[in-house]
Amino acid sequence: MSVTTLSLDDVSHLLARATFLEQEDPLERTKRLAKRKIALLFYESSTRTRTSFELAAKGLGADTTLVSSLSSSIEKGETLKDTGLTLRALGAEAIILRHPNSGSPWLLEQETRLPVLNAGDGMHEHPSQALLDLRTILTHLRSGVTSVAPDTLAGVTVMIVGDILHSRVARSNMLLLPRLGARVILCGPPALLPETAVEAGPGIEIERDFTKALAQSQIVMMLRIQAERLAGLQLDLEEYKTSYQLNQDRLKNYAPNAVVMHPGPIIRGLEITAEVADGPQSAILEQVHNGVAIRMALVERALTVAKKGGQA
Amino acid sequence: MSTLLIRGGHLIDPAAGVDGLKDIVLKDGRVAEIAGPGKAKHVEDAEIIDATGLTVAPGLIDIHVHLREPGQGHKETIATGTAAAAAGGFTAVAAMPNTTPTNDSPEITRWMQAPERGSSVRVFPIGAATRGLKGEVLNDYAALKSAGVVAVTDDGHPILKDNIMREVLLQATRNGLSVIQHAEDTRMTQGASMNAGATAFRLGLRGMPPEAEYGLVERDIRLVSELVQAGAGKAGPQPHLHVAHTSTAQAVAAVRQARRNGLRITCEVAPHHFLLTEEHVGCYDTHAKMNPPLRSAADRDAMIQGILDGVVDAIATDHAPHAAHEKEVEFERAPNGITGLETALGLSLRWLHHEWKLPIGRVLSLLSAQPAALLNLKGRGTLAVGSFADVVVFDPKQEWTFHAKDSKSKSKNTPFDGWTMQGRVRFTISEGRVVYRG
Repeated sequence: MSVTTLSLDDVSHLLARATFLEQEDPLERTKRLAKRKIALLFYESSTRTRTSFELAAKGLGADTTLVSSLSSSIEKGETLKDTGLTLRALGAEAIILRHPNSGSPWLLEQETRLPVLNAGDGMHEHPSQALLDLRTILTHLRSGVTSVAPDTLAGVTVMIVGDILHSRVARSNMLLLPRLGARVILCGPPALLPETAVEAGPGIEIERDFTKALAQSQIVMMLRIQAERLAGLQLDLEEYKTSYQLNQDRLKNYAPNAVVMHPGPIIRGLEITAEVADGPQSAILEQVHNGVAIRMALVERALTVAKKGGQA
Repeated sequence: MSTLLIRGGHLIDPAAGVDGLKDIVLKDGRVAEIAGPGKAKHVEDAEIIDATGLTVAPGLIDIHVHLREPGQGHKETIATGTAAAAAGGFTAVAAMPNTTPTNDSPEITRWMQAPERGSSVRVFPIGAATRGLKGEVLNDYAALKSAGVVAVTDDGHPILKDNIMREVLLQATRNGLSVIQHAEDTRMTQGASMNAGATAFRLGLRGMPPEAEYGLVERDIRLVSELVQAGAGKAGPQPHLHVAHTSTAQAVAAVRQARRNGLRITCEVAPHHFLLTEEHVGCYDTHAKMNPPLRSAADRDAMIQGILDGVVDAIATDHAPHAAHEKEVEFERAPNGITGLETALGLSLRWLHHEWKLPIGRVLSLLSAQPAALLNLKGRGTLAVGSFADVVVFDPKQEWTFHAKDSKSKSKNTPFDGWTMQGRVRFTISEGRVVYRG
């Protein structure tokens, strides 16, 4: 539900299982959760997260069903609680939830007593994204590392740029990566990055000058401006581009060796130019690819831990 | 009506300056006699309540409750809300006007007070300051007052326009009514569901900045000050602004300063604001969602300080019942509010008195004499001879645990479920009738 509920041992285990399951024979793999029932409950649109969770669950042999807010009784006013109870009554053994309200996975878990996987809750967290981002970072900077410890990312600076305020990806990463020793620099205008962000946890700093931050970073995570969550906030997009757009010049001059990441969807020409997104330093599609393996590990954990009667 | 003798108890009546062993005779809904132990004269045929070892005090008065009727009986009714009040030691409650329809007429005011409502304790309606709580057109205060309204407010829908608020203050003053403001500049709190700050950021929730509260308190104080300078209240009662449920250090500071400047500005604090902080939101617990929200530890400490040093005039619960299904939703979608009538005394005695050493007389005064004075409730908040026979009898030594499921309120939305309380209510007597036995 939150990266804060995962211990570093949990993270290590998930990374190891992701690699193991990815390499396993697909036919063998489908026996792991054969015919187990998993519901994907999506109150917001999604391409990457939904597809990769679905492929992950199916890759393990589970039956999945997708309920999205359009085309279901949610449209008729059914509450999250009732939708969850309905899915449980239909045999769902775990629910993967994406929801526009922060904290909704706790509500769903409390009401259904089923394992709930957080596929993004409002502005709060997107834990599976942080885990797949970590896998991507380790592949590039700590090749061969199979388990994580408080010093695994010592000496690594990760910058997260843009609409931090509304980003659940930013929160999950800023709460996870410093626990592995990384330094996290947040960068963005005050309207999208309040000063209080540094108090979210240890190891978080703010540097509003994009190029200064860029010069210190081995990892550059770009974020989309979340137009759907701006809530009346007026932004001058031209000014934003001038200050915070990642373009080829900036990358070449200030971070020629950095890995460029983006949780997607990318808005080409706004926060990132096409040539950077498609360029040699970009790990964007690699992130997407890592999503399936990480989510297989998460889905497996949710159903096997739950079976033993433990905490999801 | 029968005669009641409360015998052997320790009477604490701060308004009358009484603190000692006394027998009390209640007759025809009034206090008939206060006498030394065994000395009461008018006791023939009296029903006797043995209060040995117990504290006897003026019935508690809560000037900020939501009884939900008319129109929202699934949350609470006047009968269930006042039953909860009686169980909490309250003998009078002031009911907020955000009902359906809004209480902006003498008819609704009278309807709320009618015997058919089955009220256990006295209900004093607070009228809507403006029609439909819309902040535009003033209601007829003279008519509301004669129907029984004790103050006006647009609680929950703060009056933002200076000219309207000025007019509300002026008309209320002319009619001898207090103006209660829920201080929140709602232009700064759109979509927000908790206190602004690091916790809200971490939880991904939009925050209500403290400025939204104290900014409006400061604006209201300025308006009162201007009215006084322009001569309002010279020939009659002074303008009285009462700030509801203050939750920020700066709001309390503004009230303190205004009082030093001689203005009649008062404020109340709710138990949850002197006990809890924003950290209690925890994993999006909707029982920690109310408006004003739980604030920082520094704000919480400022509420305690304000109570201890006397700038806070009353403890009021903001009892705001909601049906279980309304609270079992996403935090951001849940309605604001928690219940409070049955926990206010127990929490106040445990924390304000035992923990923070506020004399018990001061605690009781904040829960009875002072709120009665704020809303000019004559004959209440004291047990002087001739006053209404509104009495609470409690065991000051008894610790007990509050269980929400046992609440008399129709709703159970409280963050204090399972909390240890001090001082168990034994009897609540409203105008001479025993309305609760614990």
